[in-house]
Amino acid sequence: MAFISSGYNPAKPMEGRITDIGPREFTEFLPPVIKANKGKWAYHEILEPGVLVHVGESGDKVFTVRVGAARLMSVTHIREICEIADKHCDGHLRFTTRNNVEFMTDSEEKLAALKEDLSSRKFDGGSHKFPIGGTGAGITNIVHTQGWVHCHTPATDASGPVKAVMDSVFSDFQNHRLPAPVRISLACCINMCGAVHCSDIGLVGIHRKPPMIDHEWTDQLCEIPLAVASCPTAAVRPTKIELDGKKVNTIAIKNERCMYCGNCYTMCPALPISDGEGDGVVIMVGGKVSNRISQPKFSKVVVAYIPNEMPRWPTLTEKVKLIIDIYADNAMKYERLGDWIERIGWEKFFELTGFEFTEHLIDDFRDHAYYTWRQTTQFKF
Amino acid sequence: MAKHATPMLDQLETGPWPSFVSDIKQEAATRAANPKGLDYQIPVDCPDDLLGVLELSYNDGETHWKHGGIVGVFGYGGGVIGRYCDQPEQFPGVAHFHTVRLNQPAGKYYTTDFLRQLCDIWDLRGSGLTNMHGATGDIVLLGTTTPQLEEVFWEVTHNLNNDLGGSGSNLRTPAACLGESRCEYACYDTQAASYNLTMEYQDELHRPAFPYKFKFKFDGCPNGCVAAMARSDFSVVGTWKDSIKIDQEAVAAYVAGEFKPNAGAHSGKDWGAFDIEAEVINRCPSAAMKWEGGKLAIDRSECVRCMHCINTMPRALRIGDERGASILCGAKAPILDGAQMSSLIIPFIEASGDFEEIKEVIENIWDWWMEEGKNRERLGETMRRLSLQKLLEVTGQTPTAHNVQEPRHNPYIFFKEEDVPGGWDRDINAYRKRHQR
Repeated sequence: MAFISSGYNPAKPMEGRITDIGPREFTEFLPPVIKANKGKWAYHEILEPGVLVHVGESGDKVFTVRVGAARLMSVTHIREICEIADKHCDGHLRFTTRNNVEFMTDSEEKLAALKEDLSSRKFDGGSHKFPIGGTGAGITNIVHTQGWVHCHTPATDASGPVKAVMDSVFSDFQNHRLPAPVRISLACCINMCGAVHCSDIGLVGIHRKPPMIDHEWTDQLCEIPLAVASCPTAAVRPTKIELDGKKVNTIAIKNERCMYCGNCYTMCPALPISDGEGDGVVIMVGGKVSNRISQPKFSKVVVAYIPNEMPRWPTLTEKVKLIIDIYADNAMKYERLGDWIERIGWEKFFELTGFEFTEHLIDDFRDHAYYTWRQTTQFKF
Repeated sequence: MAKHATPMLDQLETGPWPSFVSDIKQEAATRAANPKGLDYQIPVDCPDDLLGVLELSYNDGETHWKHGGIVGVFGYGGGVIGRYCDQPEQFPGVAHFHTVRLNQPAGKYYTTDFLRQLCDIWDLRGSGLTNMHGATGDIVLLGTTTPQLEEVFWEVTHNLNNDLGGSGSNLRTPAACLGESRCEYACYDTQAASYNLTMEYQDELHRPAFPYKFKFKFDGCPNGCVAAMARSDFSVVGTWKDSIKIDQEAVAAYVAGEFKPNAGAHSGKDWGAFDIEAEVINRCPSAAMKWEGGKLAIDRSECVRCMHCINTMPRALRIGDERGASILCGAKAPILDGAQMSSLIIPFIEASGDFEEIKEVIENIWDWWMEEGKNRERLGETMRRLSLQKLLEVTGQTPTAHNVQEPRHNPYIFFKEEDVPGGWDRDINAYRKRHQR
């Protein structure tokens, strides 16, 4: 490999340097029909799962085909997306907040060809490249994190379980049979990048063993006071120990106080926490972000631990599917998963799903906990 | 022929949902074939090695990525996340595998020209793998080596006219829903707000000066498609003050079954004929609606703008005309003190032009939070530690009942000395004349 210079001169880093220019101005990228009707849309309809039409006050229409995508995407795949957008959409497209891709056209004639083209493309392994769906009272793409693909603190993978779950709920990606939208999110550790804590179904990787302490390296790799200060439960303290005949500054951990959040590891690489035996996934349900009918709410833990079962997480996918099916059978139209559970009561939710209620599901973290205990004689036998 | 056997990952190639494994393999094959004859600037086989290291994780259930190192581009304190593999001998192609975050265009609309230029840069100088997009909203370029960072930055700024996104304790890349571009519910131009504030605060975005990360998100309406209230320290959510506009003829069309409720979102199941009483009137959370004599009425003073009736009958009901935004502060994910939802600071603020009113609020918050916030303390945590009234005070807001779900549960009330007649300095001797020891 011969080094190819971009034009940057490391000897004179300021020469010709461009900084602080921000992103491209978004109007550069808007398709003409979008630009012409911006702020003047009258209404929209979902023509079929994954296909929308927005109608402007002008009478103009824009048809949108929404397709699922793996968030992890190669440039080869992006170029294929570009090829499709050039062919059918005059070189425009957009991505959604939940990692779907949207192809837009202002002509109903072009719509059929676009749909056909998208549906016909498959990866060599057999999966769809561009499955159409993700609208309305169904299941859209799972927002997720990096997992074992690229992160230093995960307790599970992200892309793998997402693929497994989406495979198992795929019919609901292409259907509107549910009472309301179901938003599934996955975070590979409790940092929870993404709105996992406010999702209808949140899948979260957790550790179950306190960090190990690499005493030999602690003082060289870490600022010990930072690691101590990072612990939310005061489980981490500075200490000195005898190691190979010399005294070293290091860290001690009170195991019973540790809730395995990994925050100390983020601050101090000498405290690795991940563990193939101990790590796994929790299922949280009933969160939402929208203000529709009821207020936004947090997801609540209903399964405290599922082991990581590579490569397809069968126990996890089976439980997710069960929640969705029971919700579909029991909730009222427009009722989000969390609204339905609040209406019937949590004891009923556990009865219907058959999930075991254990001590792990009673909140004991700080002040929030008290507000979640039942303080009424109203409950269901 | 694949470089590593990946029997576990191969099982993720089947099934209908797009397989990231198939895609990475496709990229590995493309790089190996090198149809454009590129002189790849980082190891050609890095996608192979990524699959290899991932297969290892699938076997042992543990990650093989080390802590990020301190890498970046000159003069910026964010935008690049250092990443090293903990098995570099086995997987040299990903031994150094840093991430570059690029600031996405508001609303995530693209032209194919832009994306192709981006692909060309990343083909040559990176792994050819991306995230479209990261959780915060950035375009994530996944995996390159340290010597390529300045080169990528140079090409991105000079040839793509685009900048890096945020990381670390700085303003994170703002994000917006698509807003007015393609949604009839948008109460303000979310894309313009996002772009305007991103440009205004370039310094804060690139040079960390905060206690911890700070996120802006712009939702056009209370439906919250970008999850601002759940995810951002500073959530801007579109709203309106006047009445929902009603087209009675269109209401009648819904009632008559001519229009599909909720834009057709429930087409996969037979829910029976549309029942406006059951589906709209009785679902109104504040009982602000009436359906009498074939006429729909909404009592504006009782409406809480939850969007349900508008979502259910989009062709009959439109948001009001007196539009702006509500400002809520302090949302965050669970790490560290538990998850927090944004709390209402300003019920209504103008959200147009240069967004000066909003900027003033932001800057007041930053001044306070940079002074008072502890290391790695999100705004929401500072608010909890120092009180909502403190944030209202520093932003110049007069507290109103809008700010609370309910008033305080206890009488442990702090008063300012000047608010109590006679102040706090009292004469013990005068007191003893009235009360014996």
